[in-house]
Amino acid sequence: MQDLKGDLSVLDKPVAGNNGVSLISAMHDIQEKYSYLPEEVLRELAAETDTPLIEIYRIATFYKHFSLTPKGKHRIVSCTGTACHVRGIEVVNTEVSRLLGVEPGSTTADGKYSLETVNCLGACALAPLVVIDGEYYGNMTASRIRKIIRKHDKKTEKTACSCSSSAK
Amino acid sequence: MRNLQAGLKSPADLELMRKRLKEARGRRENYLAVCGDTGCTVWGSNTIKDSLQDCLKRKGFLEKVDIKFTGCLGLCESGPVIIVFPQEIFYQKVKEADIEEIIDKTVLKGEVVERLLYEDPTSGQKYIYASDIPFYKNQVRVLLGNNWINDPNSIEDYIAIDGYKALGRALTEMSPAEVVEEIKISHLRGRGGAGFPTGRKWEECYKASSDHKYIICNADEGDPGAFMDRSLLEGNPHAVLEGLIIGGYAVGASEGIIYIRAEYPTAVDKLSLAINNAEKLGLLGENIMGSGFNFYVSISIGAGAFVCGETSALVSSIEGKVGEPRQKPPHLVERGLWNKPTVVNNVETLANVPYIILNGAGEFCRTGTKESRGTKIFSLVGKVNNTGLVEVPLGITLREIIFEIGGGIKDGGKFKAVQTGGPSGGCLPEMFLDSPVDFEELKAAGSMMGSGGMIVMDEETCMIDVARYFLRFLKDESCGKCFSCREGISRMLEIADSIARGTGSLEELELLKELGSAVKDSSMCGLGQSSANPVLSTIRYFEDEYKDHILENKCPAGVCRELISFDIDSVFCNTCGACIKNCPASAVCEDKEGQPVIIQEACSKCGTCLETCKHGAVLKR
Repeated sequence: MQDLKGDLSVLDKPVAGNNGVSLISAMHDIQEKYSYLPEEVLRELAAETDTPLIEIYRIATFYKHFSLTPKGKHRIVSCTGTACHVRGIEVVNTEVSRLLGVEPGSTTADGKYSLETVNCLGACALAPLVVIDGEYYGNMTASRIRKIIRKHDKKTEKTACSCSSSAK
Repeated sequence: MRNLQAGLKSPADLELMRKRLKEARGRRENYLAVCGDTGCTVWGSNTIKDSLQDCLKRKGFLEKVDIKFTGCLGLCESGPVIIVFPQEIFYQKVKEADIEEIIDKTVLKGEVVERLLYEDPTSGQKYIYASDIPFYKNQVRVLLGNNWINDPNSIEDYIAIDGYKALGRALTEMSPAEVVEEIKISHLRGRGGAGFPTGRKWEECYKASSDHKYIICNADEGDPGAFMDRSLLEGNPHAVLEGLIIGGYAVGASEGIIYIRAEYPTAVDKLSLAINNAEKLGLLGENIMGSGFNFYVSISIGAGAFVCGETSALVSSIEGKVGEPRQKPPHLVERGLWNKPTVVNNVETLANVPYIILNGAGEFCRTGTKESRGTKIFSLVGKVNNTGLVEVPLGITLREIIFEIGGGIKDGGKFKAVQTGGPSGGCLPEMFLDSPVDFEELKAAGSMMGSGGMIVMDEETCMIDVARYFLRFLKDESCGKCFSCREGISRMLEIADSIARGTGSLEELELLKELGSAVKDSSMCGLGQSSANPVLSTIRYFEDEYKDHILENKCPAGVCRELISFDIDSVFCNTCGACIKNCPASAVCEDKEGQPVIIQEACSKCGTCLETCKHGAVLKR
């Protein structure tokens, strides 16, 4: 395990008041670095800014963007905006959950995939929409997402294999 | 940090620069507008742009023909979209393989590539020129029109089309009070949802005395199904920025903050670049164009909370706190960000400001209805043929938007309802198709204008499911401060869930109505006050559908999972086995005669069998 104690080096400005960086933007920076908000770093942030830890926890859990648990290696983000809903994203989500054995908002046991939902990505013309590792897939159906995840699985396995073989 | 030496010292400097840019532009009227908005980039417009560039380079025409990677061109459904100028020839669904032909035929010879033309989904007619296509012809594109001729990353492009001219005029020819007055005369109303008169808001802030004031641009576009603000920020960031600076001047603010969703990283990038470029030219910062007016702009990024669209919650979020609304008064114009007078305007509202200052309030008032002036951008999505971004004069009918501009219902379906106003709005049935779209009419019908999401629904959309969807959304997004909103929405959701499962009762339906009006009356902020709209409007106009679920245990639209089943009709089935092979739940088996049958207990109701069957043998009941 990485020692995260005291690592607030991601912040380039002091946090406080209207002249410094707000707690929220500090937390954005922390999450960008670690892909989530590690407890140790939040404790340090609390101490540094003289803010009660509960207040930091409150912010971290109030805003959807923040996560207190590590994300999977590959992120499946499904859009649950109205247009996507009307065009059937729910069937797609159920299929992803069934395939990977995870509910939206959680990560597979092997840490490979995390399934997240987002209120609207603003690309409603492509509804229903799923984003895998930053790549957009529009007009999704249960059978299409199945094929895409399978293909993605094979691709990532292959790269994992070639990594291990080159390591030999 | 701010390079003022190289900046524009006066509006005359700006005009000189504009003249040079216009002349240069006049010499290069051949250009290709490639849509670079999210929709089209997903369809691959990035590659299209690169290939066009490569192809022009190979043929030695790179110097003669410009390629502009523009903001949203509107017709997202048909992406990637390109428009060839000066003729304005419109091509849709362009692939890499088409590039060479487009350059050889259209760009160099002015000939048309027939197969890439837009074809009307209902009449089948093909159109060559963008402005002839019904989708564009019936719009009034005051704000979006500039997307065609503008590279959002280039401040020069914006200046060449009279950008920052309104700012120059405001700073040198008008006093702040005169700017406020002009906006008041224009009757401009907030485009974020509630429709509060912008001029009145500005006037109150202008009159507030304080050593420091703020103006905030609300770009926390949280309504699911709405993406107008994102497209404006990505397609024409300088228009929003210019509106913000003029607003700052009018109300006496020296600092502007753009509060934007974390889900819009591209918009943040384009906006940051725009701010940077404006600073370099001296259009932002100290002593703007020698007027003595100082104004600075920063960006504050949200973290995913719908309630932060509410102005007092938004201010709290900028201060780095949890985004909880607070009781008003005191209004933000008295005590806002860091307890200073603050005015908050929506992205689209601000984008209208330069147009009003430049062309006069009178010109702006010529469009729209008596109470709702100007144009409004809607994101037309859902079960409609021409999905995309449309800008229409207020007062236009829903029918014109959905059937003339939108090209009717997808896959030959039948119109059932249109949802406006996001989670705070409602679903309007067919009887409202000929009602004019303005703030008052929509409100009277039980919905609201909202920020401009317009979701079209057909017969395969279940209204109970829609109501349940919004309740689930609002339950997640309620900040929890007011008991009535926190608990009321949860209880309403429980009832809607139970009705959708076929276990609801008529008494529960009555309770749902009662709860809805109680939450409406007793919540503090707009989120709670309007949270029952989706439920109440669907009950008001689609009560029979609720009763079908309750009394008949039927979902007429075939959506609610607990109430539908899939079966295979042996008459049409030719036992090809596609359903057996593709069923993810292994719920399709062969019976003794080799006929596929669905085992209901194992069926996950994903619809894959229906999707894969080529013989129409799978029935959804």
